[in-house]
Amino acid sequence: MNTWSWDYVGEIMPQLLEGLWITVQATILGSLVAFALGLVWALALRSPVRWLTWPVSAVVEFIRNTPLLVQLFFLFFVLPSWGVTFGPLTTGVIGLGLHYSTYTAEVYRAGIDAVPAGQWEAATALSLPRRRTWTAVILPQAFRRVVPALGNYVIAMFKDTPMLSAITVGDMLFQANSIGATTFDYMEPITMVGILFIVISYPTSLLLRALERRLVR
Amino acid sequence: MTGPLWQLFFEGVWITIQLMVYSALLAGTIAFGIGMARTSRHKSVRFLAGVYVEIFRGTSALVLMFWLFFALPLLGWQLAGIWAGTLALGLSYGAYGSEVVRGAIQSVAPAQREAAIALSFSPWQRMRKVILPQAVPEMMPPFNNLLIELLKGTALASLLSIGELTFQAKLARLSTGESAQVYGIILVMYFVIAFLVTRVMRLLERRAKASIGQKPEKAGWFSRKLPVEELETQIAAAGGNR
Repeated sequence: MNTWSWDYVGEIMPQLLEGLWITVQATILGSLVAFALGLVWALALRSPVRWLTWPVSAVVEFIRNTPLLVQLFFLFFVLPSWGVTFGPLTTGVIGLGLHYSTYTAEVYRAGIDAVPAGQWEAATALSLPRRRTWTAVILPQAFRRVVPALGNYVIAMFKDTPMLSAITVGDMLFQANSIGATTFDYMEPITMVGILFIVISYPTSLLLRALERRLVR
Repeated sequence: MTGPLWQLFFEGVWITIQLMVYSALLAGTIAFGIGMARTSRHKSVRFLAGVYVEIFRGTSALVLMFWLFFALPLLGWQLAGIWAGTLALGLSYGAYGSEVVRGAIQSVAPAQREAAIALSFSPWQRMRKVILPQAVPEMMPPFNNLLIELLKGTALASLLSIGELTFQAKLARLSTGESAQVYGIILVMYFVIAFLVTRVMRLLERRAKASIGQKPEKAGWFSRKLPVEELETQIAAAGGNR
Protein backbone atom coordinates (compact mmCIF):
# COMPACT_ATOMS: atom_id res chain seq x y z
CA MET A 1 0.00 0.00 0.00
CA ASN A 2 1.34 3.41 -0.73
CA THR A 3 -0.18 6.84 -0.40
CA TRP A 4 -0.57 9.51 -3.03
CA SER A 5 2.25 12.05 -2.78
CA TRP A 6 1.81 15.49 -4.33
CA ASP A 7 5.52 16.20 -3.77
CA TYR A 8 6.37 13.26 -5.99
CA VAL A 9 3.86 14.54 -8.58
CA GLY A 10 5.59 17.93 -8.51
CA GLU A 11 8.99 16.29 -9.03
CA ILE A 12 7.94 14.27 -12.06
CA MET A 13 5.74 16.89 -13.75
CA PRO A 14 8.55 18.54 -15.77
CA GLN A 15 9.49 15.19 -17.32
CA LEU A 16 5.85 14.35 -18.09
CA LEU A 17 5.33 17.76 -19.70
CA GLU A 18 8.40 17.11 -21.84
CA GLY A 19 6.67 13.92 -22.93
CA LEU A 20 3.46 15.87 -23.55
CA TRP A 21 5.32 18.15 -25.95
CA ILE A 22 6.46 15.13 -27.95
CA THR A 23 2.91 13.72 -27.85
CA VAL A 24 1.58 17.01 -29.21
CA GLN A 25 4.22 17.13 -31.94
CA ALA A 26 3.41 13.58 -32.99
CA THR A 27 -0.33 14.41 -33.09
CA ILE A 28 0.10 17.57 -35.16
CA LEU A 29 2.56 16.10 -37.64
CA GLY A 30 0.56 12.86 -37.85
CA SER A 31 -2.60 14.87 -38.58
CA LEU A 32 -0.90 16.74 -41.40
CA VAL A 33 0.18 13.45 -42.99
CA ALA A 34 -3.31 11.99 -42.48
CA PHE A 35 -5.06 15.04 -43.96
CA ALA A 36 -2.86 15.08 -47.06
CA LEU A 37 -2.71 11.34 -47.68
CA GLY A 38 -6.43 10.92 -46.96
CA LEU A 39 -7.23 13.40 -49.71
CA VAL A 40 -5.01 11.43 -52.09
CA TRP A 41 -6.90 8.20 -51.27
CA ALA A 42 -10.28 9.92 -51.54
CA LEU A 43 -9.51 11.39 -54.97
CA ALA A 44 -7.98 8.12 -56.20
CA LEU A 45 -11.09 6.22 -55.09
CA ARG A 46 -13.30 8.56 -57.12
CA SER A 47 -11.32 7.90 -60.27
CA PRO A 48 -13.23 6.14 -63.07
CA VAL A 49 -10.17 3.96 -63.70
CA ARG A 50 -10.77 0.58 -62.11
CA TRP A 51 -7.16 -0.54 -62.02
CA LEU A 52 -6.51 2.46 -59.78
CA THR A 53 -9.55 2.30 -57.48
CA TRP A 54 -9.32 -1.42 -56.79
CA PRO A 55 -5.73 -1.56 -55.44
CA VAL A 56 -6.20 1.70 -53.52
CA SER A 57 -9.37 0.44 -51.87
CA ALA A 58 -7.63 -2.86 -50.99
CA VAL A 59 -4.67 -1.05 -49.41
CA VAL A 60 -6.96 1.35 -47.53
CA GLU A 61 -9.14 -1.48 -46.16
CA PHE A 62 -6.04 -3.46 -45.18
CA ILE A 63 -4.45 -0.60 -43.25
CA ARG A 64 -7.75 0.37 -41.63
CA ASN A 65 -8.52 -3.13 -40.39
CA THR A 66 -5.15 -4.08 -38.90
CA PRO A 67 -3.66 -2.82 -35.62
CA LEU A 68 -1.71 0.42 -35.63
CA LEU A 69 0.74 -1.04 -33.12
CA VAL A 70 1.73 -3.85 -35.50
CA GLN A 71 2.03 -1.36 -38.36
CA LEU A 72 4.36 0.72 -36.20
CA PHE A 73 6.50 -2.35 -35.47
CA PHE A 74 6.54 -3.13 -39.17
CA LEU A 75 7.78 0.35 -40.06
CA PHE A 76 10.22 0.42 -37.15
CA PHE A 77 11.86 -2.97 -37.76
CA VAL A 78 11.40 -3.50 -41.49
CA LEU A 79 12.17 -0.12 -43.07
CA PRO A 80 15.81 -0.12 -41.82
CA SER A 81 16.39 -3.51 -43.47
CA TRP A 82 15.21 -1.95 -46.75
CA GLY A 83 17.83 0.75 -46.28
CA VAL A 84 15.39 3.45 -45.13
CA THR A 85 16.28 4.74 -41.68
CA PHE A 86 14.13 7.25 -39.84
CA GLY A 87 14.22 8.33 -36.21
CA PRO A 88 11.56 6.82 -33.91
CA LEU A 89 9.44 9.98 -33.93
CA THR A 90 9.45 10.20 -37.74
CA THR A 91 8.53 6.53 -37.98
CA GLY A 92 5.73 7.11 -35.47
CA VAL A 93 4.41 10.12 -37.38
CA ILE A 94 4.41 8.15 -40.64
CA GLY A 95 2.62 5.23 -38.96
CA LEU A 96 -0.01 7.41 -37.28
CA GLY A 97 -0.54 9.48 -40.42
CA LEU A 98 -0.81 6.46 -42.70
CA HIS A 99 -3.24 4.67 -40.38
CA TYR A 100 -5.52 7.64 -39.89
CA SER A 101 -5.37 8.66 -43.56
CA THR A 102 -7.55 5.61 -44.24
CA TYR A 103 -10.17 7.14 -41.95
CA THR A 104 -9.87 10.72 -43.21
CA ALA A 105 -10.28 9.38 -46.76
CA GLU A 106 -13.82 8.31 -45.80
CA VAL A 107 -14.47 11.73 -44.27
CA TYR A 108 -13.40 13.49 -47.47
CA ARG A 109 -15.51 11.10 -49.51
CA ALA A 110 -18.60 11.95 -47.47
CA GLY A 111 -17.78 15.66 -47.70
CA ILE A 112 -17.31 15.56 -51.48
CA ASP A 113 -20.47 13.48 -51.98
CA ALA A 114 -22.41 16.07 -49.99
CA VAL A 115 -21.57 18.87 -52.42
CA PRO A 116 -24.83 19.36 -54.36
CA ALA A 117 -24.94 18.12 -57.95
CA GLY A 118 -25.89 21.64 -59.08
CA GLN A 119 -22.38 22.82 -58.22
CA TRP A 120 -20.86 20.27 -60.61
CA GLU A 121 -23.35 21.24 -63.30
CA ALA A 122 -22.62 24.95 -62.82
CA ALA A 123 -18.88 24.29 -63.16
CA THR A 124 -19.54 22.37 -66.38
CA ALA A 125 -21.83 25.13 -67.67
CA LEU A 126 -19.06 27.69 -67.05
CA SER A 127 -16.73 25.26 -68.87
CA LEU A 128 -14.26 25.34 -66.02
CA PRO A 129 -11.36 22.97 -66.54
CA ARG A 130 -11.43 19.83 -64.36
CA ARG A 131 -8.64 21.10 -62.14
CA ARG A 132 -10.40 24.41 -61.45
CA THR A 133 -13.68 22.61 -60.78
CA TRP A 134 -11.97 20.70 -57.97
CA THR A 135 -9.82 23.46 -56.50
CA ALA A 136 -12.22 26.40 -56.82
CA VAL A 137 -15.67 24.82 -56.52
CA ILE A 138 -15.84 21.34 -54.99
CA LEU A 139 -13.02 21.10 -52.45
CA PRO A 140 -13.60 24.48 -50.73
CA GLN A 141 -17.23 23.49 -50.09
CA ALA A 142 -16.29 19.97 -49.04
CA PHE A 143 -13.61 21.12 -46.57
CA ARG A 144 -15.96 23.32 -44.61
CA ARG A 145 -18.25 20.38 -43.94
CA VAL A 146 -15.57 17.92 -42.92
CA VAL A 147 -13.71 20.03 -40.35
CA PRO A 148 -15.54 18.65 -37.27
CA ALA A 149 -15.20 15.05 -38.42
CA LEU A 150 -11.49 15.52 -39.10
CA GLY A 151 -11.16 17.07 -35.66
CA ASN A 152 -12.63 13.96 -34.08
CA TYR A 153 -9.96 11.86 -35.76
CA VAL A 154 -7.26 14.23 -34.48
CA ILE A 155 -8.50 13.56 -30.93
CA ALA A 156 -8.53 9.82 -31.63
CA MET A 157 -4.98 10.07 -32.93
CA PHE A 158 -3.92 12.02 -29.85
CA LYS A 159 -5.22 9.17 -27.70
CA ASP A 160 -3.31 6.63 -29.82
CA THR A 161 0.08 8.37 -29.48
CA PRO A 162 0.99 6.37 -26.32
CA MET A 163 1.54 3.44 -28.71
CA LEU A 164 4.59 5.29 -30.01
CA SER A 165 6.28 4.60 -26.67
CA ALA A 166 6.55 0.98 -27.86
CA ILE A 167 8.92 2.10 -30.62
CA THR A 168 10.97 4.18 -28.12
CA VAL A 169 9.45 7.59 -28.86
CA GLY A 170 9.79 9.64 -25.66
CA ASP A 171 6.09 10.49 -25.34
CA MET A 172 4.16 10.89 -22.06
CA LEU A 173 3.64 7.17 -21.44
CA PHE A 174 7.30 6.47 -22.20
CA GLN A 175 8.36 9.08 -19.65
CA ALA A 176 5.92 7.71 -17.06
CA ASN A 177 7.28 4.21 -17.58
CA SER A 178 10.89 5.29 -17.30
CA ILE A 179 10.08 7.21 -14.10
CA GLY A 180 8.29 4.16 -12.72
CA ALA A 181 11.19 1.89 -13.64
CA THR A 182 13.62 3.96 -11.55
CA THR A 183 11.41 4.79 -8.54
CA PHE A 184 9.33 1.55 -8.56
CA ASP A 185 6.31 3.77 -8.01
CA TYR A 186 4.03 3.79 -11.06
CA MET A 187 0.94 5.17 -9.34
CA GLU A 188 1.55 8.90 -9.68
CA PRO A 189 3.20 8.98 -13.12
CA ILE A 190 0.63 6.81 -14.92
CA THR A 191 -2.34 8.39 -13.13
CA MET A 192 -1.09 11.85 -14.09
CA VAL A 193 -0.69 10.78 -17.73
CA GLY A 194 -4.29 9.53 -17.73
CA ILE A 195 -5.51 12.79 -16.18
CA LEU A 196 -3.54 14.89 -18.65
CA PHE A 197 -5.18 13.00 -21.52
CA ILE A 198 -8.68 13.69 -20.17
CA VAL A 199 -7.86 17.30 -19.35
CA ILE A 200 -6.79 17.90 -22.95
CA SER A 201 -9.15 15.72 -24.96
CA TYR A 202 -12.43 16.53 -23.18
CA PRO A 203 -12.35 20.33 -23.65
CA THR A 204 -11.14 19.81 -27.23
CA SER A 205 -14.11 17.59 -27.99
CA LEU A 206 -16.48 20.17 -26.44
CA LEU A 207 -14.89 22.80 -28.67
CA LEU A 208 -15.39 20.58 -31.72
CA ARG A 209 -19.04 20.02 -30.90
CA ALA A 210 -19.53 23.78 -30.72
CA LEU A 211 -17.72 24.17 -34.05
CA GLU A 212 -19.88 21.42 -35.55
CA ARG A 213 -23.05 23.29 -34.62
CA ARG A 214 -21.70 26.41 -36.32
CA LEU A 215 -20.33 24.81 -39.48
CA VAL A 216 -22.86 22.12 -40.29
CA ARG A 217 -25.96 24.12 -40.97
CA MET B 1 8.74 -19.98 -41.77
CA THR B 2 8.89 -23.37 -40.10
CA GLY B 3 6.31 -25.46 -38.25
CA PRO B 4 7.07 -24.32 -34.69
CA LEU B 5 6.75 -20.68 -35.75
CA TRP B 6 3.34 -21.27 -37.26
CA GLN B 7 2.35 -22.99 -34.04
CA LEU B 8 3.53 -19.90 -32.15
CA PHE B 9 1.31 -17.72 -34.35
CA PHE B 10 -1.77 -19.90 -33.98
CA GLU B 11 -1.39 -19.96 -30.19
CA GLY B 12 -1.24 -16.17 -30.43
CA VAL B 13 -4.38 -16.03 -32.58
CA TRP B 14 -6.23 -18.12 -30.02
CA ILE B 15 -5.31 -15.77 -27.15
CA THR B 16 -6.13 -12.73 -29.31
CA ILE B 17 -9.60 -14.17 -29.97
CA GLN B 18 -10.10 -14.94 -26.28
CA LEU B 19 -9.08 -11.39 -25.37
CA MET B 20 -11.44 -9.99 -27.99
CA VAL B 21 -14.40 -12.12 -26.88
CA TYR B 22 -13.99 -11.44 -23.16
CA SER B 23 -13.49 -7.70 -23.64
CA ALA B 24 -16.41 -7.56 -26.08
CA LEU B 25 -18.69 -9.24 -23.54
CA LEU B 26 -17.61 -6.78 -20.84
CA ALA B 27 -17.86 -3.82 -23.22
CA GLY B 28 -21.32 -4.94 -24.39
CA THR B 29 -22.61 -5.20 -20.83
CA ILE B 30 -21.24 -1.77 -19.96
CA ALA B 31 -22.53 -0.29 -23.23
CA PHE B 32 -26.11 -1.40 -22.54
CA GLY B 33 -25.97 -0.49 -18.84
CA ILE B 34 -24.50 2.96 -19.33
CA GLY B 35 -26.35 3.60 -22.59
CA MET B 36 -29.74 2.95 -20.97
CA ALA B 37 -28.71 4.92 -17.89
CA ARG B 38 -28.06 7.90 -20.15
CA THR B 39 -31.70 7.88 -21.23
CA SER B 40 -32.93 7.61 -17.62
CA ARG B 41 -35.57 9.94 -16.21
CA HIS B 42 -33.38 10.80 -13.24
CA LYS B 43 -30.92 13.58 -13.79
CA SER B 44 -28.37 12.19 -11.33
CA VAL B 45 -28.28 8.81 -13.13
CA ARG B 46 -27.81 10.52 -16.48
CA PHE B 47 -25.05 12.68 -15.02
CA LEU B 48 -23.09 9.80 -13.47
CA ALA B 49 -23.34 7.76 -16.67
CA GLY B 50 -22.12 10.82 -18.61
CA VAL B 51 -19.13 11.18 -16.28
CA TYR B 52 -18.23 7.54 -16.88
CA VAL B 53 -18.36 8.00 -20.65
CA GLU B 54 -16.29 11.17 -20.69
CA ILE B 55 -13.60 9.69 -18.41
CA PHE B 56 -13.13 6.45 -20.30
CA ARG B 57 -13.51 8.00 -23.73
CA GLY B 58 -11.23 10.85 -22.77
CA THR B 59 -8.23 8.78 -21.82
CA SER B 60 -6.18 6.39 -23.86
CA ALA B 61 -6.90 2.63 -23.69
CA LEU B 62 -3.19 1.89 -23.50
CA VAL B 63 -2.66 4.28 -20.57
CA LEU B 64 -5.62 2.68 -18.79
CA MET B 65 -4.13 -0.76 -19.42
CA PHE B 66 -0.78 0.27 -17.97
CA TRP B 67 -2.52 1.87 -15.01
CA LEU B 68 -4.43 -1.34 -14.24
CA PHE B 69 -1.29 -3.43 -14.64
CA PHE B 70 1.39 -1.28 -12.97
CA ALA B 71 -0.40 1.18 -10.66
CA LEU B 72 -3.32 -0.87 -9.33
CA PRO B 73 -1.05 -3.47 -7.64
CA LEU B 74 0.26 -0.62 -5.47
CA LEU B 75 -3.28 -0.34 -4.07
CA GLY B 76 -3.23 -4.03 -3.28
CA TRP B 77 -4.88 -5.61 -6.35
CA GLN B 78 -2.59 -7.58 -8.59
CA LEU B 79 -4.34 -8.44 -11.85
CA ALA B 80 -3.04 -11.10 -14.22
CA GLY B 81 -1.99 -9.53 -17.52
CA ILE B 82 -4.85 -10.95 -19.54
CA TRP B 83 -7.41 -9.56 -17.08
CA ALA B 84 -5.80 -6.15 -16.96
CA GLY B 85 -6.00 -6.16 -20.77
CA THR B 86 -9.60 -7.36 -20.82
CA LEU B 87 -10.67 -4.84 -18.20
CA ALA B 88 -8.97 -1.90 -19.93
CA LEU B 89 -10.40 -2.76 -23.35
CA GLY B 90 -13.85 -3.54 -21.91
CA LEU B 91 -14.02 -0.30 -19.92
CA SER B 92 -12.95 1.96 -22.78
CA TYR B 93 -14.88 0.31 -25.61
CA GLY B 94 -17.88 0.03 -23.27
CA ALA B 95 -17.84 3.82 -23.07
CA TYR B 96 -17.80 4.13 -26.88
CA GLY B 97 -20.50 1.48 -27.17
CA SER B 98 -22.77 3.23 -24.69
CA GLU B 99 -22.96 6.18 -27.09
CA VAL B 100 -24.12 3.78 -29.79
CA VAL B 101 -26.79 2.31 -27.50
CA ARG B 102 -27.96 5.76 -26.42
CA GLY B 103 -28.16 6.99 -30.02
CA ALA B 104 -30.10 3.93 -31.16
CA ILE B 105 -32.57 4.15 -28.25
CA GLN B 106 -33.15 7.82 -28.96
CA SER B 107 -33.69 7.13 -32.66
CA VAL B 108 -36.77 4.96 -31.93
CA ALA B 109 -39.87 6.96 -32.86
CA PRO B 110 -41.34 8.70 -29.75
CA ALA B 111 -44.81 7.41 -30.68
CA GLN B 112 -43.60 3.87 -29.93
CA ARG B 113 -42.83 4.84 -26.35
CA GLU B 114 -46.09 6.72 -26.01
CA ALA B 115 -48.03 3.74 -27.32
CA ALA B 116 -46.33 1.50 -24.75
CA ILE B 117 -47.24 3.96 -22.00
CA ALA B 118 -50.84 4.01 -23.24
CA LEU B 119 -50.88 0.21 -22.98
CA SER B 120 -49.65 0.69 -19.39
CA PHE B 121 -46.39 -1.20 -19.86
CA SER B 122 -43.95 -0.79 -16.99
CA PRO B 123 -40.74 1.16 -17.86
CA TRP B 124 -38.79 -2.11 -17.99
CA GLN B 125 -41.38 -3.82 -20.22
CA ARG B 126 -41.35 -0.73 -22.43
CA MET B 127 -37.57 -0.99 -22.84
CA ARG B 128 -37.48 -4.76 -23.33
CA LYS B 129 -40.56 -5.33 -25.50
CA VAL B 130 -40.84 -2.13 -27.51
CA ILE B 131 -37.72 0.04 -27.56
CA LEU B 132 -34.82 -2.44 -27.66
CA PRO B 133 -36.21 -4.73 -30.40
CA GLN B 134 -36.32 -1.68 -32.66
CA ALA B 135 -33.07 -0.13 -31.43
CA VAL B 136 -30.84 -3.22 -31.60
CA PRO B 137 -30.79 -3.56 -35.43
CA GLU B 138 -29.68 0.08 -35.63
CA MET B 139 -26.76 -0.72 -33.32
CA MET B 140 -25.31 -3.52 -35.42
CA PRO B 141 -23.23 -1.56 -37.97
CA PRO B 142 -21.60 0.74 -35.37
CA PHE B 143 -21.03 -2.25 -33.09
CA ASN B 144 -19.25 -3.94 -35.97
CA ASN B 145 -16.90 -0.97 -36.22
CA LEU B 146 -16.25 -1.00 -32.50
CA LEU B 147 -15.57 -4.72 -32.54
CA ILE B 148 -12.92 -4.25 -35.23
CA GLU B 149 -11.40 -1.38 -33.24
CA LEU B 150 -11.45 -3.67 -30.20
CA LEU B 151 -9.71 -6.43 -32.17
CA LYS B 152 -7.03 -3.92 -33.17
CA GLY B 153 -6.84 -2.85 -29.53
CA THR B 154 -5.99 -6.37 -28.35
CA ALA B 155 -2.53 -5.84 -29.89
CA LEU B 156 -1.87 -3.39 -27.03
CA ALA B 157 -1.94 -6.28 -24.58
CA SER B 158 1.34 -7.48 -26.10
CA LEU B 159 3.00 -4.60 -24.23
CA LEU B 160 1.99 -6.32 -20.97
CA SER B 161 3.78 -9.47 -22.25
CA ILE B 162 0.53 -11.38 -22.81
CA GLY B 163 1.18 -14.11 -25.38
CA GLU B 164 -1.29 -12.88 -27.98
CA LEU B 165 -0.51 -12.56 -31.68
CA THR B 166 1.59 -9.40 -31.59
CA PHE B 167 3.65 -10.70 -28.67
CA GLN B 168 4.24 -14.04 -30.41
CA ALA B 169 5.36 -12.07 -33.46
CA LYS B 170 7.92 -10.32 -31.28
CA LEU B 171 9.24 -13.69 -30.12
CA ALA B 172 9.34 -14.91 -33.73
CA ARG B 173 11.19 -11.78 -34.82
CA LEU B 174 13.75 -12.19 -32.05
CA SER B 175 14.39 -15.82 -32.92
CA THR B 176 14.45 -15.52 -36.73
CA GLY B 177 15.30 -11.88 -37.40
CA GLU B 178 12.84 -11.97 -40.32
CA SER B 179 10.92 -8.81 -39.38
CA ALA B 180 9.24 -8.20 -42.74
CA GLN B 181 7.98 -11.76 -43.03
CA VAL B 182 6.83 -12.04 -39.40
CA TYR B 183 4.95 -8.74 -39.25
CA GLY B 184 3.60 -9.21 -42.79
CA ILE B 185 2.11 -12.56 -41.81
CA ILE B 186 0.47 -11.35 -38.62
CA LEU B 187 -0.97 -8.26 -40.33
CA VAL B 188 -2.67 -10.60 -42.80
CA MET B 189 -3.87 -12.76 -39.88
CA TYR B 190 -5.42 -9.72 -38.18
CA PHE B 191 -7.05 -8.74 -41.45
CA VAL B 192 -8.57 -12.19 -41.88
CA ILE B 193 -9.97 -12.14 -38.33
CA ALA B 194 -11.41 -8.66 -38.94
CA PHE B 195 -12.99 -9.86 -42.17
CA LEU B 196 -14.60 -12.86 -40.45
CA VAL B 197 -15.87 -10.68 -37.59
CA THR B 198 -17.42 -8.31 -40.11
CA ARG B 199 -19.11 -11.20 -41.93
CA VAL B 200 -20.60 -12.53 -38.68
CA MET B 201 -21.79 -9.07 -37.67
CA ARG B 202 -23.41 -8.54 -41.08
CA LEU B 203 -25.23 -11.83 -40.64
CA LEU B 204 -26.46 -10.76 -37.20
CA GLU B 205 -27.52 -7.41 -38.61
CA ARG B 206 -29.50 -9.06 -41.39
CA ARG B 207 -31.25 -11.30 -38.86
CA ALA B 208 -32.01 -8.47 -36.44
CA LYS B 209 -33.40 -6.34 -39.26
CA ALA B 210 -35.44 -9.22 -40.70
CA SER B 211 -37.07 -9.72 -37.29
CA ILE B 212 -38.63 -6.26 -37.56
CA GLY B 213 -39.25 -6.51 -41.30
CA GLN B 214 -36.37 -4.39 -42.58
CA LYS B 215 -33.64 -5.04 -45.11
CA PRO B 216 -29.98 -4.25 -44.35
CA GLU B 217 -28.34 -1.39 -46.20
CA LYS B 218 -25.78 -2.06 -48.89
CA ALA B 219 -22.10 -1.83 -48.02
CA GLY B 220 -18.73 -2.08 -49.78
CA TRP B 221 -16.74 -5.24 -50.49
CA PHE B 222 -15.30 -5.34 -47.01
CA SER B 223 -18.80 -4.46 -45.81
CA ARG B 224 -17.71 -2.41 -42.84
CA LYS B 225 -19.30 0.99 -42.59
CA LEU B 226 -17.47 3.81 -40.88
CA PRO B 227 -19.24 6.24 -38.55
CA VAL B 228 -18.80 8.80 -41.32
CA GLU B 229 -22.21 7.67 -42.54
CA GLU B 230 -23.55 9.62 -39.58
CA LEU B 231 -21.78 12.66 -40.93
CA GLU B 232 -23.61 12.21 -44.23
CA THR B 233 -27.00 12.03 -42.57
CA GLN B 234 -26.11 15.08 -40.50
CA ILE B 235 -25.15 17.01 -43.60
CA ALA B 236 -28.29 15.84 -45.36
CA ALA B 237 -30.45 16.75 -42.34
CA ALA B 238 -28.89 20.19 -42.16
CA GLY B 239 -29.90 20.65 -45.79
CA GLY B 240 -26.44 21.64 -47.01
CA ASN B 241 -26.69 24.29 -49.71
CA ARG B 242 -29.33 22.37 -51.58
